[in-house]
Amino acid sequence: MKPSTYVSPVYPYRRPPELDQGGQGNCPVVIVGGGPTGLTAAVDLAQQGVRCVLLDDNDTVSVGSRAICFAKRTLEVFDRLGCGDRMLAKGVTWQVGKVFSRERQIYEFNLLPEGGHKMPAFINLQQYYVEQYLVERAQQLASLADLRWRHRVVGVQSRPDTTRVQVRTEDGDYWLDCEYLIVADGANSDLRRMLDLACQGQVFNDHFLITDVVMEAPFPTERWFWFDPPFNPNQSVLLHRQPDNVWRIDFQLGPGADTDAAIDESAIRERIARMLGPDAEYKLEWVSVYTFRCQKMDSFRHNRVFFAGDAAHQVSPFGARGANGGIQGIDNLCWKLVRVLRGEAPDALLESYDLEQQQTARENIRNSTRSTDFITPKNHISRVFRDCTLELAEHYPFARTLVNSGRLSRPCHYRGSPLSTPDDPSFGGGAAPGTPMPDAPVMRDGRQGWLLNLFGDQFALLVDARVSDSAARRLAQTLGRLQRRVPELRLVLVGPDAGEPAPAGSTVISDPEGLVVRRYGLSPGAAYLIRPDQYVCARWTEPDPDAIETAVRVALGAAGQPREVSHAQA
Amino acid sequence: MPKLNLEPNLTDPDAFYEALTDVHRRCTPETSERINARLVLLLANHVGDVEVLREAIEIAAASDRRVTATDARTAETHEGSR
Repeated sequence: MKPSTYVSPVYPYRRPPELDQGGQGNCPVVIVGGGPTGLTAAVDLAQQGVRCVLLDDNDTVSVGSRAICFAKRTLEVFDRLGCGDRMLAKGVTWQVGKVFSRERQIYEFNLLPEGGHKMPAFINLQQYYVEQYLVERAQQLASLADLRWRHRVVGVQSRPDTTRVQVRTEDGDYWLDCEYLIVADGANSDLRRMLDLACQGQVFNDHFLITDVVMEAPFPTERWFWFDPPFNPNQSVLLHRQPDNVWRIDFQLGPGADTDAAIDESAIRERIARMLGPDAEYKLEWVSVYTFRCQKMDSFRHNRVFFAGDAAHQVSPFGARGANGGIQGIDNLCWKLVRVLRGEAPDALLESYDLEQQQTARENIRNSTRSTDFITPKNHISRVFRDCTLELAEHYPFARTLVNSGRLSRPCHYRGSPLSTPDDPSFGGGAAPGTPMPDAPVMRDGRQGWLLNLFGDQFALLVDARVSDSAARRLAQTLGRLQRRVPELRLVLVGPDAGEPAPAGSTVISDPEGLVVRRYGLSPGAAYLIRPDQYVCARWTEPDPDAIETAVRVALGAAGQPREVSHAQA
Repeated sequence: MPKLNLEPNLTDPDAFYEALTDVHRRCTPETSERINARLVLLLANHVGDVEVLREAIEIAAASDRRVTATDARTAETHEGSR
């Protein structure tokens, strides 16, 4: 079978300049692997002004749809990187899920995304589109992002102060020295093996069969999940829509399945006929048998080498935490690398990548393992509990909370992050330090826009400037002093009176629906300090320049106040 | 300090025990197993607090191993209420 809805682009091999320069070269950052994780890194670094080389041993995008479910936070990262709108336009937005047990629907859920966010809870989009759009975004930044196709890394040297990779091309080998190496070469990472580093966790024996079919189907744009349906007894099935009328059908085959037999085309057609009926018209687009592991490395940093994506951590597919986890990890890493390379932050900032991403990986692994254990019970009594839960769920709402066909990816709350300043207890709600900033509609220069689009790549201060008279003058003084001391800090002022002067270079917005004030729990004069990855790292109801300057230093990895001094407990 | 209530709490212990055994009286072991599973799920939801449930799960598992101090404490409670 040959995919009929998508023609894979071919990215040409180019002879690297190093081969004509003594077989050696260097670059601040080298990225290994051109999947969603590595490509996101190339775009992020280049957009923040850092030169990088990406090495990939192939010359095209993902074969097959693979990761198809991209979560809100990932879309916000893509939007920061200048390719979110394109993903959103092509993707299929969905919010309703139905759960079936045997032949009956037992309940449906609605992700009911809260209004007033630019990005939906999820879109479905084939991985090849995501990779293609990222490549095309990187090509717009080609002076800094050097994508090299058909370049295979065959050796690596990692020492505390130097990092080199040996790269093989059809024209010969060369060496690249770099300040930092990002390894994103997938679950079977060659680089991880070359460095003799382990990835440990749980291996699952169940086999699954993905069949992507093209059809004009009457099904609505919903996620349908079956436990033990008549057309796949004792196993699960997932049906999910992708763009171009491609439908993902994911059949659980069970442990010890004969995978060669399962992948035979006539067997697949029989299987689909049992599900869709003998007369269903469709074209097979892509099939794949897979198993999975839930595991991670003990440390995502080794000297000056950073592991990311599946090379660092792997999860089961239930919950869409693989590609989403990889991209969100890069979002965490790149601004830190940029600032350490610029000499603006100590090495300790890079340690926080490992800390925050270990926390994220543990959360993703825990969630996806729980889903897996519900979907594929591991012994007789687990199966009994699972089946009884499904049975009760049809009649009683409480049991629906236990049904687990995948807890869909949500961003991690970096609790206790060394980059966060202890929270100001006078906030009643809003977004605590360590959480990603919530979006909201805003007006700027008479035009509608989104709050998140005003943030990212820089430290920024979101200030409630709904103050007047003497308070306004005090605030203007505070912000003026701050601008001189922390030049990187972008100022975003919410709702000042038209008459009040705003500090030069600040962005003034209004809050037409009151959602900025509500989602941040703002009161006049309050301020939020936002990291370059759009995470909150500090907030105050009565900010002063010293506290803000200190919080920026803490967020850049300088030793902060002792963590045990917590205002929340005082 | 355990959150799980190990003191007598049933409004009518004998009536509860009778109802529990009655429902299983004519059941095959397979049916009984499913009834028990549903019961656990229903009651767990009623209890609600996952810390309380974790304690109960621990005691239930430990009782079978007959090794822990919790087990001894449970036994004392039973003697005390005799």
